[in-house]
Amino acid sequence: MARAAVRGRLAWQLATVESVNDETARVRTIELDAPEWPGHRAGQHLDVRLTAEDGYRAERSYSIASAPGEPVAITVERLDDGEVSPYLTEELRASDLLELRGPVGGYFVWDAPGEGPLLLVAGGSGVVPLRAILRHRRRAGSAVPVRVLYSSRSLDDVIYRSELAEPDEGVEVVHTLTRVQPPGWSGYARRVDPDLLAEVAWPLDEDPVAYVCGPTSFVETVAGALVELGYRPERVKTERFGATGG
Amino acid sequence: MDALDGNAIAGLMLEVFGVEMTTATGVCSGCGASRPVAELEVYLRAPGTVVRCRSCRNVLVVIVQARGYNCVDLRGLAELRPAEV
Repeated sequence: MARAAVRGRLAWQLATVESVNDETARVRTIELDAPEWPGHRAGQHLDVRLTAEDGYRAERSYSIASAPGEPVAITVERLDDGEVSPYLTEELRASDLLELRGPVGGYFVWDAPGEGPLLLVAGGSGVVPLRAILRHRRRAGSAVPVRVLYSSRSLDDVIYRSELAEPDEGVEVVHTLTRVQPPGWSGYARRVDPDLLAEVAWPLDEDPVAYVCGPTSFVETVAGALVELGYRPERVKTERFGATGG
Repeated sequence: MDALDGNAIAGLMLEVFGVEMTTATGVCSGCGASRPVAELEVYLRAPGTVVRCRSCRNVLVVIVQARGYNCVDLRGLAELRPAEV
């Protein structure tokens, strides 16, 4: 199939689960074999649709966790009262079928342009589209300097922990653990606030671009603080998710 | 309930309009504020999907799915301009 999707084409398709991989106790990455997938950009989404035996349907949108050119993958956090995420994180097995459509979205995307350093700020599972960006940077051979600021509750809640522990050249990963820190933890140990951002963010004269993804209140705090620091609003891309994602 | 943003309805908007709409610019008919759809406030758990202006909270878009159809109400928008491709 041609790589460029036909304009407006958005059909549901069946994908086969290639593998499932637990990232944390609540978070799982699902790698998919989607024969009709037209390709995607780093940061885009896909929609998943589950159909119950009685015909009831539930749809959710998930960030794509893989880089363009890699097999499609999503990383899903289990929400205990959710309709979709418990199935995806607990029931779904390799070789199962999953109905999806996409890719969708064109705002929170990064196509490896040559411009400004990147500041990637994640709260919790907001790290998923940022991981797609990091992997795309590697595959595209981009040398754009990147700082990742990643806020998690505890070390056990850090998604892609081993991958982030070995960043590519030019990528710096800064963690903050907001609730529980392991003995001897030397990183940040508080919620992301304007002072912390001022320490981590790129200086303005380098004309940085920021991507901020996380729970709504996290994104509001971070985006507001970056604009206060002097980041141009149009260079602060945001994506919010809530506990209503399910 | 926390509002999400327009990124969350990229699929729905593409389904309705046939083109990528999160990069489209929406202009509020109430206060005139202009933003990418991706930056608008979105509530998914209202009866239907509700999109509000981030500046004045005016309701811009309501999309209700019923019997396989999308009923789309855009009355809060003065303008909805797809991004140049």
